[in-house]
Amino acid sequence: MMGEEFVALSLTPILIGTLAAIACALPGNFLLLRRQALIGDAISHVVLPGIVVAFLITGVVSAVPMMLGAAGAAVVAVVMIEAIRRLGKIEPGAAMGVTFTAMFAGGVLLLEQSDTSTVHLDVEHALFGNLESLIWLDATGWASLWDMEALAYLPVELPRLGAVLFVVILFTWIYWRPLKISTFDEGFAQSVGIRTGALGFALVIVAALAAVAAFDAVGSIIVIAMFICPPAAARLMTNSLSVQVAWSVLFATLSAVLGYVFAGYGRLWFGAENSVSAAGMIAAVSGLILALTAVFGPHRARSGAPAEG
Amino acid sequence: MLWHALTLQLGYNATLVTLGAMLLGVAAGVTGTFLFLRKRALVSDAISHATLPGVGIAFIIMVVLGGDGRSLIGLMLGSAASAWIGLLCIGFLTRRTRLAEDAAIGAVLSVFFGIGIVFLTYIQTMSEGRQAGLEGFLLGSTAGMLYSDAVIIAVGGAAVLLAVIAFRRPLSAIAFDPEFAASSGLNVPRLDLIMMGLVMAITVVGLKIVGLILIVALLIIPPVTARFWSERVTGVLWVAGVVGGVAGYVGAALSAIAPALPTGPVIVLVLFAMFALSLLFAPARGVLAAVLKHLSFQKRVHVRQGLLALAQGQPIYEKLTLRLLQRSGLARADGVPTPDGKARAAKALRDERRWQMARSREEFALAATFYDGLTEIEGVLTSDQISELDRLIGAPQGVPV
Amino acid sequence: MTSLELATSDGTRMIETPAGAALAIRGMTVSYGQKPAVFSVDMTVPVGSMTAIIGPNGAGKSTLLKAALGVIKPLAGSAQVFGQPVAQARARIAYVPQRASVDWDFPTRVLDVVLMGLYRELGLLGRLRGTHKAKAMDCLKRVGMQDFATRQIGQLSGGQQQRVFLARALAQDADLYLLDEPFAGVDAATEKAIIDVLQALRADGKTVVAVHHDLSTVTDYFDRVFLINTTRVAEGTVEEAFTPQTLQDAYGGRLATGQLGQTALGA
Repeated sequence: MMGEEFVALSLTPILIGTLAAIACALPGNFLLLRRQALIGDAISHVVLPGIVVAFLITGVVSAVPMMLGAAGAAVVAVVMIEAIRRLGKIEPGAAMGVTFTAMFAGGVLLLEQSDTSTVHLDVEHALFGNLESLIWLDATGWASLWDMEALAYLPVELPRLGAVLFVVILFTWIYWRPLKISTFDEGFAQSVGIRTGALGFALVIVAALAAVAAFDAVGSIIVIAMFICPPAAARLMTNSLSVQVAWSVLFATLSAVLGYVFAGYGRLWFGAENSVSAAGMIAAVSGLILALTAVFGPHRARSGAPAEG
Repeated sequence: MLWHALTLQLGYNATLVTLGAMLLGVAAGVTGTFLFLRKRALVSDAISHATLPGVGIAFIIMVVLGGDGRSLIGLMLGSAASAWIGLLCIGFLTRRTRLAEDAAIGAVLSVFFGIGIVFLTYIQTMSEGRQAGLEGFLLGSTAGMLYSDAVIIAVGGAAVLLAVIAFRRPLSAIAFDPEFAASSGLNVPRLDLIMMGLVMAITVVGLKIVGLILIVALLIIPPVTARFWSERVTGVLWVAGVVGGVAGYVGAALSAIAPALPTGPVIVLVLFAMFALSLLFAPARGVLAAVLKHLSFQKRVHVRQGLLALAQGQPIYEKLTLRLLQRSGLARADGVPTPDGKARAAKALRDERRWQMARSREEFALAATFYDGLTEIEGVLTSDQISELDRLIGAPQGVPV
Repeated sequence: MTSLELATSDGTRMIETPAGAALAIRGMTVSYGQKPAVFSVDMTVPVGSMTAIIGPNGAGKSTLLKAALGVIKPLAGSAQVFGQPVAQARARIAYVPQRASVDWDFPTRVLDVVLMGLYRELGLLGRLRGTHKAKAMDCLKRVGMQDFATRQIGQLSGGQQQRVFLARALAQDADLYLLDEPFAGVDAATEKAIIDVLQALRADGKTVVAVHHDLSTVTDYFDRVFLINTTRVAEGTVEEAFTPQTLQDAYGGRLATGQLGQTALGA
């Protein structure tokens, strides 16, 4: 599997899966510590209506308007959750539940009502993504990595996710200190002049950006799983924020690579003629990692009750 | 056509499904209220997503055993089993690790859903699986439903509703005040388990109609909507039941006449419309009422503060205060009180001094709890009590002001 | 408007120090919902003083502090610190929130919490140097916590957590220290350590304001008191404002009169 077939058929899906997983896991660390883990769930559900509306407005299936539509939907969702929470005095979980179900339902209905039979736009694609199809047919082997002509035909998802991951890393790096302070002690953060409201909103927007870019390639299941599982597993491995973030990146990478490989081998194991969903398998592997850390993680127990062994 | 649907004249199957959806909606609204009051609304999201692997495994098992795999009862049993395992995982993660419940919910829902998708894509590669139609469980589909399925849904909806009615008393008790309920002999952990069992039953019955992604709306939106209309648990329960029932009925009937209107999304959008109207226009807790109340409250605070400042000859620090005084004809633009303003200011100061005295005396302790800077003391104490206060204020040992 | 002008507008409330006030609150009203927690409160804290904010439970003590800092938005009123709006004086303020207001399960170590106090100095990307760490260690030493620097914060006792919070405030190198219930639920040794640090700060000319709930220690620890029960009840030096009469006014029927007589100075 190391030859030209690997580079052409497996390298790009694995890379795309990994970039998507890391881009979601990074902001996921802070969402987890802020008890906002389910924001990722809400965002990934509203990406579908965003894409559908963008399609209805522009009439074409094209990446840029769809990403804008999805990002717009994420912003609408976040604002709506906050509005319901504050104006209606409703607890955040219920406010999220109202918002994402209503927007998702609206998206599905619009999709069913509009003529999208000619384009590749359906609910299942939104849920599962299509990682397996993101192949690099122009690659003839490892040498293609230095071949400008072949590189020009890389799946567009790869450079796009690369750019988004860069933005996510940049945000995390620049705002590391205020993010850490305001997540730990919001009152103190405000007293030293950190605008915690704006920073919290920016964090959610960055998460939405990662979700939107990842969504097209890998579907919304991976997005939710990567927001939550790698950071949660990482939290059980360490008591230091920076080490936690490092573990979460490792776990996200492991999930993406192993998930893709297992899904590919699925055809050998099950004897079926097609492989199973790579997106589903990546989520399953991330769950397996979380299960292992929940049983064996050195820092799995709450403070005060020291871990035994 | 719409009228036919709403009056149940679309044939036997559609009528059964519509009635089933209505009963399910009532049951979901009431059960969702218990969840909502326990602040665990999103647990239902994990439960519903966790049904998917069960659907897949049940299908595979039934095919392996020689069936066609599409038996609704079999699929429902499978979904219930895997939802239960998901619930156990949430319990394990929150109790045995340092993770909070929201992280446990998110992890379980995404991982179980992912595993479910793996099974679904595998089933699509089976020769029996091509027409399995299991994708219908994602978004719900009532089109082309078998008579036996329609019966299962109607009976299931009725059964769940009966179970909810049977347990409504103890469940409202623990939703309202778990500590008191425990002290009066109710077994809270067991009732929580029953509540989760009901949520699971609703999810399983609703899978075919609403689909597992949106079933959670049926449990969350009715209580949130109802909360705007009542401050009492029984009130919220009733309204939530009605909201859920109406949405189930209208949604199922609408989608019966137009196959392009999938049942799940239509039900959810009907629910959301009721929610949005309540959020904006509910008389006591709605946004419109709250904005008006806040504005008038802010005005009362500023006018009162301004009057007290005028009475004590202090400058008015805030422009808004001055503007409000001016608009009420109590002060001039330069901050000098009008005759009316002078009188009102003196009265406000007298009121404040009476309050001050009342709050410093043990015998007025109860009345003192009504103090908020705005309520006039005449509305709280009798005229005899006020004369007594005035006497105390006038006395030589009175409080220096 | 300077704080001086504000404070002298009413003859009965002259401010003591001509240098101005460290903290001046004017007409502050804060409300959660439809009932004000703090109503029309004025407060003047002279530079170099040590003030206890006292009052019954739910009297608005912490709320007043948070509103003064801009952590909660008041319905009316404003606060100035050393004659400047709070937003411009942040570098001169150190704030110690209530210990229970944060999640002590957060993945971080004691020294990292103290380093948070250097945020204004370090900025977003300023490099953390050895001198910064040395300064944080020194602050830990001042509260007697130098041996705990690498400890996970969740493993600390309540008193140790409070000392870490105080060390973080010390690292801020402020002129005005605002503390919310610093003595709540701490052991006697911690209480002693904290009060020693606070009194050393005052000796250095710093200003200290603390929400306080233990009436029996007010006269030993503080030189000024601010009594609040939704509105301001009394304000001044301990001798002037901490009397049986003012306590009666603040606590109403909620304290037995005999108890008041014992805790407060004779009227």
